[in-house]
Amino acid sequence: MAAETHRDDLASKTGMWLFLFTEMLFFAGLFVVYSVYRFRNPEAFHLAAKELSVPIGTINTIILLISSTTIAMSITALQKKNKKFALLLIGITIFLGIAFLVNKYFEWGEHIKEHIYPGSPVLALRGQGDVLFYGLYFFMTGLHALHIIIGLVFIGFIAAKIVKNKIDSENFVLLENSGLYWHLVDLIWIFLFPLFYLIT
Amino acid sequence: MENEKNHIIPYRTFLLVLICLISLTLISVSVTQISLGTLTVAIALLIAVIKSSFVLRVFMHLKFENKIFSFAVIAVFLIIALVIFITLLDYLYR
Amino acid sequence: MSNQKEITEPSYLEYKGKYKGVFSWILSTDHKRIALLYLFSILSFFVIGATLGLLMKFELIAPGKTIMDAQTYNAFFTLHGIIMIFAVVIPGLPAVFGNFLLPIMIGAKDVAFPRLNLFSWYLYVAGVSLVIVSQFAGDGPPDTGWTFYAPYSFRTAGTMLPAVFGAFVLGFSSILTGLNFLVTMHRMRAPGMTWLKMPLFPWTLYATGWVQLLATPIIGITLLMIVAERTLHIGFFDPSLGGDPLLYQHLFWTYSHPAVYIMILPAMGAISEIITTFSHKTIFGYKFMVASVLAIAFVGYFVWGHHMFTSGMSGTALYTFSLLTFLVAVPSSIKVFNWISTMHQGSIDLQTPFYWAMAFIFVFMIGGFSGLVLGSLAANVHLHNTHYVVAHFHFIVFGGTGFAFFGAVHYWYPKITGKMYDTKWANIGLVLFFVGFITLYGPMFYLGFKGMPRRYFDYDEVFHAGNIISTMGSWILYSGLGIIIINLFSSLKGGVKAPADPWGGKTLEWTIPSPPPVENFDEIPLITKGPYDYK
Repeated sequence: MAAETHRDDLASKTGMWLFLFTEMLFFAGLFVVYSVYRFRNPEAFHLAAKELSVPIGTINTIILLISSTTIAMSITALQKKNKKFALLLIGITIFLGIAFLVNKYFEWGEHIKEHIYPGSPVLALRGQGDVLFYGLYFFMTGLHALHIIIGLVFIGFIAAKIVKNKIDSENFVLLENSGLYWHLVDLIWIFLFPLFYLIT
Repeated sequence: MENEKNHIIPYRTFLLVLICLISLTLISVSVTQISLGTLTVAIALLIAVIKSSFVLRVFMHLKFENKIFSFAVIAVFLIIALVIFITLLDYLYR
Repeated sequence: MSNQKEITEPSYLEYKGKYKGVFSWILSTDHKRIALLYLFSILSFFVIGATLGLLMKFELIAPGKTIMDAQTYNAFFTLHGIIMIFAVVIPGLPAVFGNFLLPIMIGAKDVAFPRLNLFSWYLYVAGVSLVIVSQFAGDGPPDTGWTFYAPYSFRTAGTMLPAVFGAFVLGFSSILTGLNFLVTMHRMRAPGMTWLKMPLFPWTLYATGWVQLLATPIIGITLLMIVAERTLHIGFFDPSLGGDPLLYQHLFWTYSHPAVYIMILPAMGAISEIITTFSHKTIFGYKFMVASVLAIAFVGYFVWGHHMFTSGMSGTALYTFSLLTFLVAVPSSIKVFNWISTMHQGSIDLQTPFYWAMAFIFVFMIGGFSGLVLGSLAANVHLHNTHYVVAHFHFIVFGGTGFAFFGAVHYWYPKITGKMYDTKWANIGLVLFFVGFITLYGPMFYLGFKGMPRRYFDYDEVFHAGNIISTMGSWILYSGLGIIIINLFSSLKGGVKAPADPWGGKTLEWTIPSPPPVENFDEIPLITKGPYDYK
């Protein structure tokens, strides 16, 4: 029953950017917690970080960087009216996102096998610094992984719309917006990676 | 409506940026294998900031958008930095 | 020209669209209907919250147990706070008057994202439902206070999870409303309406929108951390695991202080509209008013530590926060000065909304000055967690946002409903409300100064007399509130039909019919003048 509106792509994009700001502030709260406990437990954080696998972390970082590239390229493909290539690039993005999650699953699995997880008595025995490091590790990478899932679902919806030609070379702001969301997920990881894996 | 539709970023640009991003990632990994104390972390974070600016300016299109978007992004980062800084004023001086 | 259209075009209230009956309301994406959905929900929860307050005051009329035990009292003040803060004053003015008036005041047909707007209301309903669930499910209602302080909030047996999730969902509603308004103002101002020709109420909604956007996520993540503490024992705030309970307070107040600016900025915007209209004079110092609003929003982001002066922060943190707190008072004072200057040599029309505005200035100043007292480190040691704080925030939030809300209701009532309310009863209600308000909260300054703690269901006999006066004030206030609300409802049926511009206002809402048609404007206006063009 609202007034009829004409399409305003800039409004749509602005809205998406504003939403990204809320996501940035959302993770910021966790970076505050990280800063405080890192400051209070420098040695423990340093030692605990050594237990994380730098190769897996690096591979995951590169996976996300490539996936950001492919979804950015998919916009170019769509603008050039190359629908098939756009969908291929989006498919690669989704595949890489899932690969990231699979890696995470195995990484977490390793820790959980050694009884390192929030609330574990084994972890509690290791000392407060370790409890906080791993608490932050699981919470932040877990929340990040949740956002990867959300991003993949969003991109999946967009892919379906492209197949049905609801999104095309004349009307692609939704693809851009899904790309923006995905790049934000990548950005967060760009900071998580050094803060957990490289502070050795 | 917008000049958006006329502006197409070539595939090559994205691939070049990707190569930079991967290089920077590998550099940050090798630098942190050398222990330089707090400098190590500072360098790792600086590289993270450089990578972010590539993602923001090219992938997220900020370089080609109205400057007000870039201004807003920087402002948000500044606010976050200020909140962290002021919170640390408590912990640093207890 | 608009008179002829008035006969043919149905108002937004009469409009018959795709849906019938109640569905034409709860499925509507018309910003005006959504505003009324919010008004109905918010008013209902305000009455519930006020009743809880009334009962709390009755408990406090005498020392010892009067009508409830300590645990019940704790549950009451927790629910009273959660409802009033998250379900009433934070959504309050933006969700009701922002939704109704913003598009009209900038010459637009709706907000930028009408469906998102409706979704925000659904989130509001879901959020408050979860809070209600927490009252009846599990081992007992939450008893932590609305502030959910760690470590008690993750150790208490009270049903915390639904309440915490409820607050989280309500936060989302707030974020999306702010996002919607920001894009609306950036993209949909009428041709010719530059930023500096926009009226002040939209400006306050703009600043508020940024605060909603950038502050609310912090409490979102903090609430999730509480959930993680309760369910996973993650250790962020648990001293036995290395966590610091004070960090919870930092994170909590990093949102909850800016939240009070979400409450007060739109209130100040409404007051600016009322004062200009009933002084028949343009606002004094328009640019300073705009700058103050933005300054309050920005500086207000960095003062949160003044809620934590006695909690164990470092000396550096103490004086940093105290200094910034004093700084943020400056733009507020500029606004008060400019309101008074607007009235000076104006042609004053004494109507109900103007009385509310004057009452607002009076109670807001008392609330503000008492805030400066609390912001002084030495005084705070004596006054923290006493009834002085309770008095302060009721004067500034209830007095500020509450009085402005009632002023706004009476100001925009003719536009929203197409009817005039009964002025005599509106004024009687206001007088009773005001007298009750001062009687209820005034003594609390004295009681707190003398040492009566807050959130205690019992107190020393020496505080008895002050409490009797205060509780009687609550009865007077509540009756005033009753008269006001009954008058507003009965005038819907029996009120005189309202013209397009009953007050002689100059902003755009007064150029369209009362009540407005669905699309607000037949033609989007071309703006050539400033918003308060009185000559």
